[in-house]
Amino acid sequence: MQDKLRKLRNIANDVTLSPAQKARYLSLEAENMLAYPSLDTETQDALDERVICDMYEGHAPYKPRYVLPDYSVVMQNGSEYLELPAPETLDEAINTLMIAYHHVPSVTGMPVYIGQLDELLLPFCEGVSDETLYEKIKLFWRYLDRTLPDAFMHANIGPKDNRVARTILRVDAELKQIAPNLTLLYDPQESGDEILAMAGSNIAECCKPHIANHPVHADAFDERGYGIVSCYNVLPLAGGASTLTRVNLKEVALRASSEAGFFAETLPYYLELNFRLTQARIDYLFDESGFFDGFLVKEGWIDKDRFTAMFGIFAMAEAVNVLQDKEGREGRYGFDDTANAIGHRISEALAEAVEARSLDNVWRSHALLHSQAGLSDDVEATPGVRIPYGTEPDPVTHVQALAPHHQYYDAGISEILTVDESVTNNPEALVQLCKGAFASGFREFTVNVASNDLVRVTGYMVRLSDIRKFRDQQGSRTNTTVLGAEAAEMTGILDRKPRVVGNELSPGYRQ
Amino acid sequence: MNSPRATVSKILTYSIVDGPGNRLVIFLQGCNFNCTACHNPHTIGECNHCGDCVPACHADALSLVDGRIVFNPLTCDQCDDCLAVCPINANPMVRDYDVADILELARRHRPFLTGVTVSGGEPTRQLGFVVALFEAIKADEELAGLDCFIDSNGHLGASGWDSLLPVTDGVMLDIKSFDDAVHRELTGKENLKSLRSARLIHEAGKLYELRFLLVPGVTDSDDELDGLVDFMKDLGGDVRVKLNAFQHHGVRPKALEWEKMSKAGVDKAAARLREAGIPNVVTPAVYL
Repeated sequence: MQDKLRKLRNIANDVTLSPAQKARYLSLEAENMLAYPSLDTETQDALDERVICDMYEGHAPYKPRYVLPDYSVVMQNGSEYLELPAPETLDEAINTLMIAYHHVPSVTGMPVYIGQLDELLLPFCEGVSDETLYEKIKLFWRYLDRTLPDAFMHANIGPKDNRVARTILRVDAELKQIAPNLTLLYDPQESGDEILAMAGSNIAECCKPHIANHPVHADAFDERGYGIVSCYNVLPLAGGASTLTRVNLKEVALRASSEAGFFAETLPYYLELNFRLTQARIDYLFDESGFFDGFLVKEGWIDKDRFTAMFGIFAMAEAVNVLQDKEGREGRYGFDDTANAIGHRISEALAEAVEARSLDNVWRSHALLHSQAGLSDDVEATPGVRIPYGTEPDPVTHVQALAPHHQYYDAGISEILTVDESVTNNPEALVQLCKGAFASGFREFTVNVASNDLVRVTGYMVRLSDIRKFRDQQGSRTNTTVLGAEAAEMTGILDRKPRVVGNELSPGYRQ
Repeated sequence: MNSPRATVSKILTYSIVDGPGNRLVIFLQGCNFNCTACHNPHTIGECNHCGDCVPACHADALSLVDGRIVFNPLTCDQCDDCLAVCPINANPMVRDYDVADILELARRHRPFLTGVTVSGGEPTRQLGFVVALFEAIKADEELAGLDCFIDSNGHLGASGWDSLLPVTDGVMLDIKSFDDAVHRELTGKENLKSLRSARLIHEAGKLYELRFLLVPGVTDSDDELDGLVDFMKDLGGDVRVKLNAFQHHGVRPKALEWEKMSKAGVDKAAARLREAGIPNVVTPAVYL
């Protein structure tokens, strides 16, 4: 108890944190003084050993990890609870969204999904000039970054080319803010080359947007649709994810006797324990927290039945290399056909296991597989199925080695490709790489242009200059800088080309 | 199997600096210039099978068989020690490819490719191969969408361009100096043919980019830049001018005596060109 109190005091007195950041860390510490949802011994042991992981979501899940409201509900009906009439003008529409965001919880306390913005705003743009639209979006963008400064906050645009989407791209490249993160849904049949070319130029400018393979995602979900949130999690719209748990494949491989033993016994064993952990957290959220009695459900922004469970995995590269060592084979993951094939086989086994295991209070009664991008304190465990930092081959070889994994990860998989800054003279190359990646089966396309100040660290955006400032004890206005600085120190991600480890949750306050 | 063959120094399936988009680049061995500033001088010469490189290879990838160098790519670990000892700036690791080999490679990488660039060395020295390759790409249903570019020093006569341009979509052409004496000093050859080639290619509507290497104290003088401006104006249109900065990476000892070109120096030259009415000036994104 004495230690816990000291930690609370350290948070309260930390000169590098803003009052709001302190309040959040204090609340996390308080939540974690409560007892954890009840787990059997085997599951508890695996969690304690961090073979399986709850992403430090907290001991009392009183809100889903990710909430993806269908904002068209409040745009069409207004909200009785929030005493909002349905908006009629563009100003009213943007104002309604600005209010709505403050009532959408997530694991970070900030909204991770701010909507399919072009679709939401287009109906209000008739008679609005391009210049007026630009001015209003610019102010909206500034508001988002300054009041909800979290790079996990994610806006979606596309797949149709339209003037709101184009204006957002124009503003985003101009302002180069960390927040919001941005995904362009791209459909080769529907989007056209022009908006993809704009996206390519934007990436060269500020490493955003991230581009999603819309036909593949649309196929994995239903008519109500999907959204891309946080760092590349793909989830049901008007729902979300109750929780994200993950399996450290390297730790599983280390506990296996052989490659055959890994597939026959060790992997199924730990997958089952992770299912149990997932179910325990979901039971608390649904049966005890009262979350689904709130106005978001009553007014139809979200539907209780549309919350999935994200089943994450990471450290595929290390797992494969451990198995290669056990079998006396030298080939390394990402470079050797045999090693790559083991990786693909693991992904296939994971997908089958997730499909076969029934869970209560989960959309479609089973979890969705997710290639998890990492936590800022993961050491010697490469995010998801990525190739270890600093050893990646060129982007084309990189895509070709990893593409066979993508079919299995319905809830998202991100590979972050590093491209040197020569591409700023040739953004067309980014467009071509994107087309190549999608033709090869990639679900998502994300690029870091080396030496941009704004770069992706573990899936979210940070400014390198902010990290330097934070290290100099000046504090940062944006929450993700803290994570970025931690990730940079723990994992050495900035030693090499500006690249990404990948991930997302704040594991809480670190001393 | 009468498909023309080429001596290839290197092939890249990912390049974002050899023309628009992502490109398959085939570097052909051998050059008719001998530029002091060349940043890959091992592409200049052609192997005469002297065998000096064999003892330099610690991986036993090189041997002399019946008086000819034989290279085993499976044991080579790309240390490039053989390049350092070659007395004639050649490359014992060159490989022979025919058109079908390159087509196969292009097919394998097709979705990632905007086009194909043949570079060097000086690619037009293996003209028959280049023409045959471009013809074959354009005749192939799956590959026809790839644009075909050449990166050349322009030292090819009009009849050569006559056979090449009809199957070529764009040319990136280097002019090393607008002063013939300086050009001879830098390359060993006159500049007249290069200047003629630039005009001829531009008239055919295929001059994608004119490149000019800035070497401090050698080619960054006001006279040189004025020469570039006059030439571009005479050419007409808004051809893209790419200013390259001389760097030390890869060059031979003599060129190390020259200063590296700074970003500030390039920016100053670019500003001068723009002020003189050259609209489309591109500068390097990266300085080594």
